[in-house]
Amino acid sequence: MIEFLKRLFQKQGSSATAKERLRLVLMTDHLELAPEMIDSMKRDLVELISRYVEVDRERIDVTFERQDRTLAMLANIPILSVNRPNGNGAVTEAPNPAPAAAPAAESRPAGAPPVRKRKRRKKARSVRANLPSTA
Amino acid sequence: MSARKIVVTSGKGGVGKTTTTANLGATLAKRGKRVILIDADIGLRNLDLVLGLEKRIVFDLVEVAEGRCQLRQALIKDKRFDALSVLPAAQTREKDAITPEQFSAIVDQAADAADYVIIDSPAGIETGFRNAVAGAAEAIVVTTPEVSAIRDADRVVGKIAAVGKPIRLIVNRLRPEMVRTGDMLSVEDVCDVLSIELLGVVPDDEEVIDTTNRGEPVVLNESNRLRAIYEKIARRLEGELVPFTTFDNQSFFGRLIDALKAG
Repeated sequence: MIEFLKRLFQKQGSSATAKERLRLVLMTDHLELAPEMIDSMKRDLVELISRYVEVDRERIDVTFERQDRTLAMLANIPILSVNRPNGNGAVTEAPNPAPAAAPAAESRPAGAPPVRKRKRRKKARSVRANLPSTA
Repeated sequence: MSARKIVVTSGKGGVGKTTTTANLGATLAKRGKRVILIDADIGLRNLDLVLGLEKRIVFDLVEVAEGRCQLRQALIKDKRFDALSVLPAAQTREKDAITPEQFSAIVDQAADAADYVIIDSPAGIETGFRNAVAGAAEAIVVTTPEVSAIRDADRVVGKIAAVGKPIRLIVNRLRPEMVRTGDMLSVEDVCDVLSIELLGVVPDDEEVIDTTNRGEPVVLNESNRLRAIYEKIARRLEGELVPFTTFDNQSFFGRLIDALKAG
């Protein structure tokens, strides 16, 4: 009887695992296939965020990481100023702001060790997006 | 009227490209079509062997490309059919012995005298694969329901889609009983992951080994279980709407029935 119940309520076999692993690996494969797509996404992302805050375009860092069942996009975008450049939320293609104009609190020196970068990320100074597993 | 030019490819080796090419070609020929099969796997020729024509080779693909013989001299006519011929690959040459332009020209020449030209691509994504795809107007990607085969299939799908050629999928060596117990990816899973149109599903069958041992396509054997399967694929290729046999993932009731049977 226990055997019977076991069979009845048995969890799915390894095919579900196979499918999930495939989904993830193909997503990574596809991303690697199209670096120009990542660049274009990075540009759009910066464009969007720049409407609200002034960001340090030189030090933007976008990476992809596998996290449990999904692929995560980690974007580290240093913020130079929270003041809206034009006062109305829209920003024109502004050249890189002079470092002097940036509030000291947010602009850490470039080339900071990875540990510090990660720390900063956790302080929610950067933007993180989770891509759905069905890309 | 020019022929359909179809490449059979997979990325990964050993998933059944040559067996698929041989059996699909033979089935189409049996249905009255003029079929020319081209073995593009230079250096690892096998299509002739699977069809039992290995003793009749005089010239090969590379010799045709180099102008050392005419295409019609190199074509081996399969006497068991009205109109099935095979252009064998060279066995002692390298993949780069032929250019995509030369290969395409040979395929086009073959297309003038056939209804179907089916190209058996080598495994991989290098020169041999590129040649094979260059000559075709459409592609059949063969995969087995395994992660490595599917990943490689995805790579070739990407490469063929990039040159804008239509692609259809054959899922080979499916084991329905394993799909039912959730131990093998289902056809739906494979299609879902690869997102290409399904052309056919071929179950895993020991009889393939037997027919290959003898060099006889399954279509010649009235009692072969796979005969009907390849016929369905051939009919779909010809544009007919042929329903698929479904091998569903196991439902609660499916498990209940199995548990009752086993209990």
